[in-house]
Amino acid sequence: MIYWELFWSFVQVGAFCVGGGYASMPLIQEQVIERHGWLTLQQFIDIFTISQMTPGPIGINAATFVGTKVAGIPGAIAATAGFVFPSVIIVLFLAKLFFKYGDIGPIRGILNGLRPAVVALICSAGVGFILLALWNTETLPKDFTKVDLIGCIVLPISLYCVRQKMSVIRLLCFSGVLGLILGIAGIR
Amino acid sequence: MNNKVVVDKEFYWKLFKSTFIISAFTIGGGFVIISLLKAKFVDEYEWLDDKEALNLVAIAQSAPGVMAVNASIIMGYKLAGLAGSLTAILATVLPPLITLSVVSYFYDAFATNQYVQLLLKGMQCGATAIIINVAIDLLKKEFKKKLLIPLLIMVGTFVANYFFDVNLMCAILVDAMLGFMLLRDEKYS
Repeated sequence: MIYWELFWSFVQVGAFCVGGGYASMPLIQEQVIERHGWLTLQQFIDIFTISQMTPGPIGINAATFVGTKVAGIPGAIAATAGFVFPSVIIVLFLAKLFFKYGDIGPIRGILNGLRPAVVALICSAGVGFILLALWNTETLPKDFTKVDLIGCIVLPISLYCVRQKMSVIRLLCFSGVLGLILGIAGIR
Repeated sequence: MNNKVVVDKEFYWKLFKSTFIISAFTIGGGFVIISLLKAKFVDEYEWLDDKEALNLVAIAQSAPGVMAVNASIIMGYKLAGLAGSLTAILATVLPPLITLSVVSYFYDAFATNQYVQLLLKGMQCGATAIIINVAIDLLKKEFKKKLLIPLLIMVGTFVANYFFDVNLMCAILVDAMLGFMLLRDEKYS
């Protein structure tokens, strides 16, 4: 049955997708292009492009796209469910373990080591985002004077709003509309 | 699970609604979503405190799968058990599922539409502001503790990840090992 095949393929992708986002691409490629022939390479690259512009983790996007192409909306649901399934089991298992034994020295030590790491990774994502917002590049820009005007206006205003404790969702809508207005007004 | 939260119908609706909207509008990697969830659950609703949130993210990070999904699984579980977890997963997964099935039909029109691009650009700036704020908050707290080893771990992980593109999983493993060996003491938690 096709739904079962989709589900099972993406269970395998989800279970071995270690290291987030892009790390899942080769796994999906193997399952979807090489093993089952559900997509061509060009279609696969298209998913990649779409995922850059639409919200949502790339793994979920790929599962949805493949599922829709192969078996419509029910296919998309089967593939997505498969992709998420291993995470649910493993995360809940770890959570149980932690809530029960979190106060034991060694486990407390591990978490004490991981917490600063999480802060570092959030900072690292933040730096990439600042570059993207102000210079439209994820690596250090070659020419610092080539700024993106919309970014230079919207980012400080948004930052001010965050400091004034504007709600997260309101801020996202507000900054989106601000970008749109500035763009239509001809500021680039 | 958590005695700070009254788990009623309204709670589930709030959990679903906020997670759904954050997932629907967040472009970019897992740590962006985590910053937004932290801003919402910790700073706005006060369902969790900083340390709890970071612990949960650390656990989510060490399981396979997508960061955003893992984080919502564990935060939902911490707040309201299995039902909370399922609510959060559904709210995280539904938006990309809906968006992508629509977008895949109109891909070309979508990719080249300049208004869509402008809207996305603006939202991306908003998300950047939120991450900066969350990062500053967490950094301040980390520095205030004045503990050498955690600070070294933080700086080392940042440099390894940002400048040397070290595999994330390796970095996490090394940090976990360091914590296991050096940070068992009460004062580090």
